[in-house]
Amino acid sequence: MKTAVENTTLSSFRQTALALFSSKGFPKNHEEEWRYTNLSTLDKKTFKSNSSAETINETLLKTQMLENTWVMVFIDGHFSKKYSNLTPLDNGLILTSIEELLKTNPDKITPYLGKAVSHKEHNFIAYNSAYFTDGFFIELAPHTITSKAIQIIHYAASPESLSATRNIIVANNASKLEVIETFIGESNSLTAAVNEIFLDENATLTLYKRQSESQNAYHFGGSYCKQKAHSIFNHHNFAFGGLIARNDIHTDLETASECSFNGLYLAENRQHIDNHTRINHNKPQGISRELYKGILKNRARGVFQGRVLVVEDAQKTDSAMNNRNLLLSNKAEVDTKPQLEIYADDVKCAHGVTIGQLDEKAIFYLQSRGLSIETAKEILTAAFANEMIEKVAFKPLKKQLHLHANVPS
Amino acid sequence: MLSIKNLTANVGDKQILKGLNLEVNAGEVHAIMGPNGAGKSTLSHILSGKEGYTVTGGSITYNGEDLLTLAPEIRAREGVFLAFQYPIEIPGVSNIYLLKAALNAIRKHKGQTEIDAMDFLVWVKEKMRTLDMDEKFLYRAVNEGFSGGEKKRNEILQMAVMEPKLCILDETDSGLDIDALKIVANGVNALRSEQRSFVMITHYQRLLDYIKPDFVHVLADGKIVKSGDADLALELEAKGYNDITTQAASL
Repeated sequence: MKTAVENTTLSSFRQTALALFSSKGFPKNHEEEWRYTNLSTLDKKTFKSNSSAETINETLLKTQMLENTWVMVFIDGHFSKKYSNLTPLDNGLILTSIEELLKTNPDKITPYLGKAVSHKEHNFIAYNSAYFTDGFFIELAPHTITSKAIQIIHYAASPESLSATRNIIVANNASKLEVIETFIGESNSLTAAVNEIFLDENATLTLYKRQSESQNAYHFGGSYCKQKAHSIFNHHNFAFGGLIARNDIHTDLETASECSFNGLYLAENRQHIDNHTRINHNKPQGISRELYKGILKNRARGVFQGRVLVVEDAQKTDSAMNNRNLLLSNKAEVDTKPQLEIYADDVKCAHGVTIGQLDEKAIFYLQSRGLSIETAKEILTAAFANEMIEKVAFKPLKKQLHLHANVPS
Repeated sequence: MLSIKNLTANVGDKQILKGLNLEVNAGEVHAIMGPNGAGKSTLSHILSGKEGYTVTGGSITYNGEDLLTLAPEIRAREGVFLAFQYPIEIPGVSNIYLLKAALNAIRKHKGQTEIDAMDFLVWVKEKMRTLDMDEKFLYRAVNEGFSGGEKKRNEILQMAVMEPKLCILDETDSGLDIDALKIVANGVNALRSEQRSFVMITHYQRLLDYIKPDFVHVLADGKIVKSGDADLALELEAKGYNDITTQAASL
């Protein structure tokens, strides 16, 4: 249930978290932030932590690997040296597993662990803190730009397995990097991945997440970011898999820092995908941009809860949040709740929500050009998704997403 | 090629077409002119298979087939093309994707193989030059952010790519300045052939200065009230619709 090496800081960290989790279990519907996502089935299940998976689908794993990246593979929540490719790393870049770090330099994680998100945030965090088995640690030296992107593949390989990772990204002053998280799995596993991210002044991080686990899987993934002045955090959230999947993306902005949150959730059958974002403008002149798009088929359900807080001191904040949804069936459902809390008076804050169906005029237009009604609908659905894929700057990932979403390019 | 006999059609409870007759042979260019509300757009929509219209009587035969039984995409694949009065913007779908998909849908229907991507590119660029369209339009989303003139040129480009047998131009001249009108007309004229027919629906005569019709018909209150040659359009321009329709009614 734990990493191989534990120091005293970590032990007490885990104990507090475990006490919190044991008292209440997984988050409950009556908690405001969880009112649309029912986790009662999770409390009845047990998930095993496997230190070595018996069988893995190598083809599935290898087709995920993107060109021009360093790749770190985690299988059932444990770093797999065998499938990873970490050499040679750039000067100034630390890219290693948490377990390895605890062996060689255990104090390294102390300034970061639990500093971007508290156990008290909600009980998935406490659960992760108590049970994480490994994770990745990335630190980039000041004024450094990586020559390649970093890909982290989280592979839930075994049935009823738990993949719990605690991950840390530190981008020092004026450094710049791209990280791609890929979540895959073919089983009824539980993934709980928590990222704590620290961006120093003028640092830029672009973090992509593609979650394509099985439609029987449970997924919780959270990214919690602390941004210093003039830093930039771009997050792209592609949520495709899971029976119940929840994404939390939070950031705290200091002076003139920027964030851009992009999301695309595609859910079908009985999938339930919940996205929860929070942007705290804590200092003046921050810029935040957010666009989340959802496509819901069959009996699927999507949730978007986006919260933007502008404190009294955060004058000249410029914020825009949008959520657009496409419902492709009468039984599909979306719950969307943009929330703005503004305490400053000189700010620009916009928000918008749409829920709609495919445009009949556009369908007829395509039919009149010889395309069948089914093809027309597929093309228009893919086109709706395409806007989010086009925002991906890292080309190998963009190509992979185009194939996945069947988008015409 | 196209034979419309005593066509009557409703939108909801309202009768719009009241016994329309029209014969179009291969290679002919017909202009259908008429005042607002006469049923011009209804006719073009029924020909292309748009929903929302109920045909209550009469028939439309296209190359010996009952056109009304065919789905819109089958009509398109069999060579019926409608250039829209208001082309639809489709964000996220590039022009080149739609053009290629449309052409391949037709080729598949004819039992031909898909066109090679490079051959297609060369071929479509040549067509764009005739329409004075920059190549960059290939990679822009279909009609998104296009000006009125660009949208109409894009319709003609689609027509040029699909190489239809029967082209229906619905108010293609509306919203065009004189330069754009000339370009569009040149594009249409380049496509005229002995095998291809045109039905141009228009409110104004000016399009006919650039695309000379073989026949001009006046559509008023749901039927063709007068037919003639290109001179009829000039007469309409001089006298206005009222004169002609009253005259026709009194005959």
